[in-house]
Amino acid sequence: MEDISKAVERKDHRLKMSGRAEYTCDKRLEGMLYSAFVRSEIAHGRILDITLPDLPAGYVAVGGHDLYDNHLPVVTDEQPVFAVDEVCFVGEAILLLAGPDLATVRRLCRETKVTYEELPAVLTLDEATEMAAHYHYRKGDVEAAFAQAAQVVEETFTTGYQEQAYLEVQGMVAQWDAENGKMHVFGSLQAPYYVKNAVMRVLGLDDEHVRVVQQVTGGGFGGKEDYPSLIACQAAAAAKKAGAPVRVAYDRREDMTVTTKRHPSRLHYAAALDAQHRIIALKADICLDAGAYPGLSGVVLQRSVNVAAGVYKIEHLDVDGRAVITHTVPNGAFRGFGGPQSIFAMESLMNHLAAKVGMTPLAFRQMHVVQQGDDTVTGGKFHQYVPIPDLLAKVEEMSAYSRKYAAYSQPQTGRYRRGIGLSLFLHGCGFTGSAEKDILRARVILRKYADDTVEILASNVDIGQGLKTTFSKIVAAVLDLPLERIICPNPDTDRVPDSGPTVASRSLMIVGKLVERAARKLKAGWESGKEQEAVADYEAPELIPWDMDKFSGDAYPAYSWGVNVVELEEDRLTGMTKLLGVWGVFDVGKVIDNTVMLGQAEGGMLQGIGYGSMEKMEAAAGKIRQNSFTDYMIPTAMDTVPNQIAFIDNYYADGPFGAKGAGELTLLGGAPAYTAAVEQAAGKAYPNIPLTPERILAAEAK
Amino acid sequence: MLDFILNGKKCTSQLPPQSRLLDVLREEFGLHAPKEGCGEGECGACAVLVDGMLWNSCITPLANVQGKSVLTLEGFRDTEKYKLLEQCFGEAGAVQCGFCTPGMIMAAEALLRQKPHPQEAEIREAISGNLCRCTGYNMIIAAVRMAAERGAGLW
Repeated sequence: MEDISKAVERKDHRLKMSGRAEYTCDKRLEGMLYSAFVRSEIAHGRILDITLPDLPAGYVAVGGHDLYDNHLPVVTDEQPVFAVDEVCFVGEAILLLAGPDLATVRRLCRETKVTYEELPAVLTLDEATEMAAHYHYRKGDVEAAFAQAAQVVEETFTTGYQEQAYLEVQGMVAQWDAENGKMHVFGSLQAPYYVKNAVMRVLGLDDEHVRVVQQVTGGGFGGKEDYPSLIACQAAAAAKKAGAPVRVAYDRREDMTVTTKRHPSRLHYAAALDAQHRIIALKADICLDAGAYPGLSGVVLQRSVNVAAGVYKIEHLDVDGRAVITHTVPNGAFRGFGGPQSIFAMESLMNHLAAKVGMTPLAFRQMHVVQQGDDTVTGGKFHQYVPIPDLLAKVEEMSAYSRKYAAYSQPQTGRYRRGIGLSLFLHGCGFTGSAEKDILRARVILRKYADDTVEILASNVDIGQGLKTTFSKIVAAVLDLPLERIICPNPDTDRVPDSGPTVASRSLMIVGKLVERAARKLKAGWESGKEQEAVADYEAPELIPWDMDKFSGDAYPAYSWGVNVVELEEDRLTGMTKLLGVWGVFDVGKVIDNTVMLGQAEGGMLQGIGYGSMEKMEAAAGKIRQNSFTDYMIPTAMDTVPNQIAFIDNYYADGPFGAKGAGELTLLGGAPAYTAAVEQAAGKAYPNIPLTPERILAAEAK
Repeated sequence: MLDFILNGKKCTSQLPPQSRLLDVLREEFGLHAPKEGCGEGECGACAVLVDGMLWNSCITPLANVQGKSVLTLEGFRDTEKYKLLEQCFGEAGAVQCGFCTPGMIMAAEALLRQKPHPQEAEIREAISGNLCRCTGYNMIIAAVRMAAERGAGLW
């Protein structure tokens, strides 16, 4: 059999390339109404009165009172679908107006008068006291280790918002079938069943009477994990009331103002070193800004605390994590999901400690890296081979990191100075803890038709990461069929079982394994020319049981690993940097498609570098200031250089053909490698990201 | 009433002259390849060719294309040049979510018309008005390069 890694043209390539793909904004339904929101203009207050203008015939307004249940289910259900009595952030939806003419709908929204009694607002993480989530774990005897330490080093890091900036903004179309009492929802989303369950609850409809269909989706990166549930409920409520299809289509400024982002954070670390310069104990105090409602913040925080010590083995640990409530836009999922904050802090700390003890960043790391068989921070185990030495050897060969590091450590003069930075990182694949086993229980069905084509029925979506292609390749390889015989349409909940959301680097590893197992079953009973079906249900691998209360056990079934190197030149006059080289080596188990995986690495690394360097977003008086592509800068083609990327084969038995999670891993190392390179060029420590030219210059001036 | 040439055919728009060209294309003529990514000329998802130049249709008033020739992906996708680009974008893995792709193709076409054999730096510059969040750009640059190399005589 041909190596499965060999690249093929993507299943959806021609459709997307030719402009024929139907995204949500391209969906047209007979009599479809356009919509716009009345939103809170203040960060916190009580709604005293809402006065609507006279609505012309054919126009409707919906709010919380129109719903069967105004609670949006996202892990917990504190967030209302529409604010009714109280508004908790700028941009919170109060009403949705819909009608045949968009300009008229917008005018009606402007003419709607909301009277508030303003209440005190908590606008920053530092002022916040209310907790959305709190996790704490300990390992060893931290106090004793600190008491014995030869040296204690403390440092505080901060990270900013990061906007997913998917090119396609959020959108949803809802269609109410009054005759059958059924709601049909079409949208840009990562989790069809999250949306379905939310609409069922909010409208009081049962399983049979809500259908969700994924439209071609223009990027997600986590931003379309939980958020689409909210607009689906709002659009569905309007469609039901109007008796006509309703489209919710954000514009970019609206999207950037009100949708979830990566949590800003503050991370305080204290490290205790012995006389041989080894870290014997570490305390980490991690605080994430959840925004106005808890949403996914608790699960994001779980990942932040789980990777607080990065890829390093530290005997005594005390990790405390909080997600705090502020009157700002709720934060949520973004590729890496709490990992990038901790990895940035820990990797920066490693560089700063290395400098303190007079070692190179690489040698200091090598003293501490974990190996197979070591305990994880929560008392689980690294069950599989940890290929850090292989990753380092490969990246050294590709980038000449050590030689350049030594050269740039010599005194530099003049306006332009060079630096090179390295980061090591890991990503726990799939959901944290036992959610796969206890909550999701994913199922996949393969349906074979009389013409021997095989359809994959799963609720996981292709949002650009290539899942249609990788799923199809797995089935084609098992059944030894040409790829054209495998069909993988966009999920429609009336047709596909719940195989869980497209998140947490789980789709290929967890659901892909079910696809593989179902294909093997189908193969075993294959009868040509006959309609047949094969089902596969999730089976949990043997692990150290996870205990969420004690925060102990195997948090993840497997880990993916990576190393990044960034080389750059800093302009001391302007604070601008110019990338000279970017390298990445990753272990994602077995690569299912070389080109698909390269795309994940290329895109993820640039998002990581963007996170560390230029992607600046702040809230002022609770309102997002950089809410457009004019003000919030993501990297352009001019901000990149040709990257050099390689993958290490490290077969994982519980993944399809040996594959592990891959999508999020690639983002994690960009920021710390970038800042490390700037630090070497500038000869200064920078504990805050994004490290913009303004921040570099401000530090130069000191 | 305003006349222009759309994908090679004479046409008349009934919309007011201050309408966004993007809305005219999408809503009046049903051409859905041009996409709105930002609505303020920053991302290039709506890019079309106007008399061979790359324009962001979201910040182009209809009046500005009076008498001019507008080309969208729909008017380009049956050409040999497109077929080569389709193959090269596929091989290079230059399309992920696909939302930036129609604009990106028009940017590539605008470049190759002017410079059939561009240097890497020229490709970078030519697509720098088109944002892509998925690919990190290098695979798109590789695709355009590949098309230029294989496209002898096409451009």
